[in-house]
Amino acid sequence: MTQSVVVQVGQCGNQIGCCFWDLALREHAAVNQKGIYDEAISSFFRNVDTRVVGDGGSISKGKICSLKARAVLIDMEEGVVNEILQGPLRDVFDMNQLITDISGSGNNWAVGHKVFGSLYQDQLLEKLRKSAEHCDCLQCFFIIHSMGGGTGSGLGTFLLKMLEDEFPEVYRFVTSIYPSCEDDVITSPYNSILAMKELNEHADCVLPIDNQSLFDIISKIDLMVNSGKLGTTVKPKSLVTSSSGALKKCHKKPFDAMNNIVANLLLNLTSSARFEGSLNMDLNEISMNLVPFPQLHYLVSSLTPLYTLADVNIPPRRLDQMFSDAFSKDHQLLQADPKHSLYLACALMVRGNVQISDLRRNIERLKPSLQFVSWNQEGWKTSLCSIPPVGHSHSLLALANNTCVKPTFMELKERFMRLYKKKAHLHHYLQVEGMEESCFTEAVSSLSALIQEYNQLDATKNVPVQDLPRLSIAVSLTLPCQCSGVISAHCNLHCLGSSDSSASASQLLFSLVTLLDIPIPHVLEQAVHFVACTRHFFFQVFQ
Amino acid sequence: MSIVTVQLGQCGNQIGFEVFDALLRDSHSFQGLCSKRENEAYQTSCKERFFSEEESGVPIARAVLVDMEPKVINQTLSKAAQSGRWKYGQHACFCQKQGSGNNWAYGYSVHGPRHEESIMNLIQKEVEKCDSFSGFFIIMSMAGGTGSGLGAFVTQNLQDQYPNSLKMNQIIWPYGTGEVIVQNYNSVLTLSHLYRSSDALLVHENDAVHKICAKLMNIKQISFSDINQVLAHQLGSVFQPTYSAESSFHYRRNPLEGFKDPALYTSWLEPVHAFNVWKTQRAFSKYEKSAVLVSNSQFLVKPLDMIVKKAWNMFASKAYIHQYTKCGIEEEDFLDSFTLLEQVIASYCNL
Repeated sequence: MTQSVVVQVGQCGNQIGCCFWDLALREHAAVNQKGIYDEAISSFFRNVDTRVVGDGGSISKGKICSLKARAVLIDMEEGVVNEILQGPLRDVFDMNQLITDISGSGNNWAVGHKVFGSLYQDQLLEKLRKSAEHCDCLQCFFIIHSMGGGTGSGLGTFLLKMLEDEFPEVYRFVTSIYPSCEDDVITSPYNSILAMKELNEHADCVLPIDNQSLFDIISKIDLMVNSGKLGTTVKPKSLVTSSSGALKKCHKKPFDAMNNIVANLLLNLTSSARFEGSLNMDLNEISMNLVPFPQLHYLVSSLTPLYTLADVNIPPRRLDQMFSDAFSKDHQLLQADPKHSLYLACALMVRGNVQISDLRRNIERLKPSLQFVSWNQEGWKTSLCSIPPVGHSHSLLALANNTCVKPTFMELKERFMRLYKKKAHLHHYLQVEGMEESCFTEAVSSLSALIQEYNQLDATKNVPVQDLPRLSIAVSLTLPCQCSGVISAHCNLHCLGSSDSSASASQLLFSLVTLLDIPIPHVLEQAVHFVACTRHFFFQVFQ
Repeated sequence: MSIVTVQLGQCGNQIGFEVFDALLRDSHSFQGLCSKRENEAYQTSCKERFFSEEESGVPIARAVLVDMEPKVINQTLSKAAQSGRWKYGQHACFCQKQGSGNNWAYGYSVHGPRHEESIMNLIQKEVEKCDSFSGFFIIMSMAGGTGSGLGAFVTQNLQDQYPNSLKMNQIIWPYGTGEVIVQNYNSVLTLSHLYRSSDALLVHENDAVHKICAKLMNIKQISFSDINQVLAHQLGSVFQPTYSAESSFHYRRNPLEGFKDPALYTSWLEPVHAFNVWKTQRAFSKYEKSAVLVSNSQFLVKPLDMIVKKAWNMFASKAYIHQYTKCGIEEEDFLDSFTLLEQVIASYCNL
């Protein structure tokens, strides 16, 4: 089995990361009753004997001693990381996994990318190499960051290029929190677009998420739970949104709950790779199936169900509702409507007591209402993992490569242009060494090119699907053969469409064989091997 | 006459387990109308064909398990051991850490050459254990990366190394509405390569078996386990020892007469030669009477045509091709495969 390393960058990245590790521990604790360090848990955790000083403490088998997260925590301010290290998860991280600074990036991509990038380049490389060395078979880096700020956005994307150069065989999955319209950071459009260029070029797969969608989902859950409409069927505290180990934050926005959703997303994404099931899906299959062209690697995600059902035996109606929800606009983790846009590919990752027939029934049911690109009319990738998430009996993660990401990008571009036209705040960026206006123009072109690709695909949306002309083949079996003195050097057996030939093919075949003095098995191998024969044989004999 | 089974990928291993289980359960089950002596001969023959004996008396399946990631093999090994009635050989499996990612090119061009020696050695060991070896039974799916790509590679190797032995490939035809998005590419590449190196391709369509489960067996919530068990049941009844009839004209029941209708066959083949009846008094599994039909007919044209059509449409847009070219499978390889399969379709259509 393979391992993955989580790289959490910036305030947002680290807060989400923290939720993720808490959930991961709880999930593995629920599954791993005997406390044995197995391959599933090794995918995200190392087993360490803490009595051993230095690096030699890794234990590969046997009882769990002390689990250490395969993570690298990066922040240019100390606040968030310090809080993590004083919180309940402090023992899961070790000091060697951190890179911090005090001054922060000031919400400036250029500072994060250029200044801190070059300042911490060597340290970053060292920490990443160390974490890779601790892995038997490293498959994937999960980068968690936000796009709108300075560290997560700038330093986070600086890392991408470094990872691509240093570990070209390892996948780079990026979870990016995009700024919503009412984002309080004025320069977030600049930061996001500069970061997007890096994502376009150096990420294998990006899961764009925005705060507004997460907030809407939380509000909906609260409404449903508190309205009492669902009665006793729903547990009061949804496990998707709450956890005990998350950082306590007093904010107007319920960041804890929002971060938990993203943490759940990452867990569900990797569940089929970690746990057994009747149809496994590894991380490399995500990229293989969902990225038809290298540049179109943005996947919209949706997670259902969002509240915990008290009833363990789910009636099929509920199960079907789960599938329907996965495609509704309200459940997407991005402001996007996949149902009314064009699908390039779609993956359904199911956990828990769901069988192949449930999956198929729902695909058949939902297919007619979805539009798929002409060359991928049945583009579904499915997986079934037997282990459900903690506290749930089943769950569904849908990943869509869909043109519905376009509006988010277009809107981002518009906000960018509004600032850029006035050259607002530009000097903060340009005064950083290595930054020029060309960085901005290149970033915008990169985004425009991407939008254009989606436009082209959208243009094919309502065009009726036509099958392309296929190769037309004249069935002819050519037997190169040894010539005896009398007969040909080369025989062609052609098949005619006419039905008047009298000789049976097998008779002809045998006559041919005797004439040409070819050992029978060889001829039979050629002609009969296709397990098909033509009705008539006609052969030319050259003298 | 022993058969060595090679189980490849998640599908191959999951099915392989069910097949061995079905075979052994059948050999220990209700014997039907046959005599005790006949039953014993049946049991010995079955055991000899698929299992080897160990000192402890627990039969060991004559199988090699191959997968590029460990989860499924671990599960399969433990399920077999748990049954107590049979098990897999301790060193009969080959496993890696990272799967093939549904990428035929990765299975064929990367995993294949890299692990060729180890896998062929394992197979060799199994063959050497047989007193009289008759051939290989290779179980694989077409939709994924290991079963399909590595399966094609291994079959080719078997052709080179054991040219006189029979190789029969059990291939699982994926559901029409995908399990894997690139399944049509993987299927096209697999079939074209297998045509060149396999002796026979025994096809099972997931859609068809699914329908059997739903309509004939009335299973409400069908799982892959159900599907695999139906498959194993069918395969088991094909493989169990039978005797070929003295003469195929002596049928006692009329239903079989229907098979003698010349309209079913091509004009160049007389029903006598095309249709063979092999029967035995020994009942199969729990059934008092059972029959299984193995046929080579035009039934495959439609599904094959469908797969080629979809793969061609996708190929024309060049979608996903970069994933294959980075592992060494070029566009020409795709074109070769398409050409070969179009020929097959045309040949079957012209019957």
